[in-house]
Amino acid sequence: MIGRQPAGSAHRGALIDGQAPKVSRFARAVPPISTVLASLLGVLPIVTDAPTIPPLGLLTVLGWRLLRPELWRAWMALPLGLADDLLTGQVPGTAMATWTVIFLILDIVDERFLFRDYMLDWAIAAVAICLAITAGLLSSGQHIAQLPLFMPQMALAILCFPLVERICARIDRWRLQR
Amino acid sequence: MAPPKHRRPGFSRRAQYGLFAGYVIATIGVVIALAAIAAWRLDPTGFALVRGAALDATAPLTAAGASVSRGLSDMGAEVGAYWNAGARNRQMTQEVATMRSALVQARAARFENARLKRLLKLVDRTPETIVSTRIIGSTASGTRRLATIAAGSGDGVRPGQPVRSGEGLVGRIFETGRGAARLLMLTDTGSTVPVRLARNGLPALVTGNGDGRLRVRPLIAGENPFRRGDLLLTSGTGGLYPPNVPVAVITGADALTPLARPLADPDRTDFVLVQAIYAPEAAAPPPGLPTTAGTAGAP
Repeated sequence: MIGRQPAGSAHRGALIDGQAPKVSRFARAVPPISTVLASLLGVLPIVTDAPTIPPLGLLTVLGWRLLRPELWRAWMALPLGLADDLLTGQVPGTAMATWTVIFLILDIVDERFLFRDYMLDWAIAAVAICLAITAGLLSSGQHIAQLPLFMPQMALAILCFPLVERICARIDRWRLQR
Repeated sequence: MAPPKHRRPGFSRRAQYGLFAGYVIATIGVVIALAAIAAWRLDPTGFALVRGAALDATAPLTAAGASVSRGLSDMGAEVGAYWNAGARNRQMTQEVATMRSALVQARAARFENARLKRLLKLVDRTPETIVSTRIIGSTASGTRRLATIAAGSGDGVRPGQPVRSGEGLVGRIFETGRGAARLLMLTDTGSTVPVRLARNGLPALVTGNGDGRLRVRPLIAGENPFRRGDLLLTSGTGGLYPPNVPVAVITGADALTPLARPLADPDRTDFVLVQAIYAPEAAAPPPGLPTTAGTAGAP
């Protein structure tokens, strides 16, 4: 592998290795924009009296992070989380804090599990989703005893994750081909 | 999948510093975010401006899609209506017959009521309607049950004002933008409404259960006074909600704290009325989201 980049592994990794970045400005902008758009899907006019819709911003950010670990530094979760907080009307700082902590943990995970497969990625995402929803529950002033109410949402979010990651992969291929 | 490269910067001093700075920024950011959460819990009004702006920015988007999703959800109801049209027709004919006599009685009672009130020189206010508007969305993925309406502080909407629809109480305003506002729905675990039983006037409190149902707590100790199908009206206690607005119907009366279903289904409700706080001198709702009672919410 020395001296040869795997296909599409451009970005920061290439920069650090002393090579010029091969990816256009547009292709760099696509992942953050797609994440903000996913957060924006949360304001679609669906009025429900129980938490049902999976947190799409979180799913997308996890999809990108697990698909392309070299894409973002951990601090990138701060602006993305801030946008998600403002768009979805959560307590300000919730997604900012949880997403960044998830990114930091994933950096450690990257060191530990050098070669991951699809199922392991899914398991990591599942843990991250549960953590994030629980954190949102606590930050909005609710009691931990209410957690069972959010089980359906968690289950749905975990089941939706492969789909979201698939969509991220499709977008990724599209943006790098341009 | 091969391990990513950028976590091992090698001997390049610049890359090492860059990596370290990234982690420092991330950590500082997390601390700031946690401080923001704490600040919001203490004083939510501090974020009103920026949150209101974000609300205003997303409201047109939500409103544009509202008609589409409402049309889709109506379609299901239409098909269902055809399915049992005959049975419904018979049932409704019967209901109309019984309602007609009840209506005559109600008219007589209203007249007598007004006469007795005049006799007592009782001061009664009629709740003033601030604006009638549409529910355009909700935070379906969020952890609190909030809905967005298409009117904001520009229309006179203020935090704390009760919101009702034709069917019954929907909730109360909790934050406002210029042209949109968020309301805390009855079903949120932090919402508590003082009610009384329509049948015999027994006082109770209705709290959101978080899953679309409400929990009813009678204020008088003793036997469970609720029956299945009992109607709950606001009592006007506390001065926030006007009295005699329908709130919910008891659905399960066997449990220790019976469950009720809100009459105004926010999913189907399109137009709502924002009303003035009933007795502003008595009610001073705390700003922002109420926190949930500790052990009470355990389902």
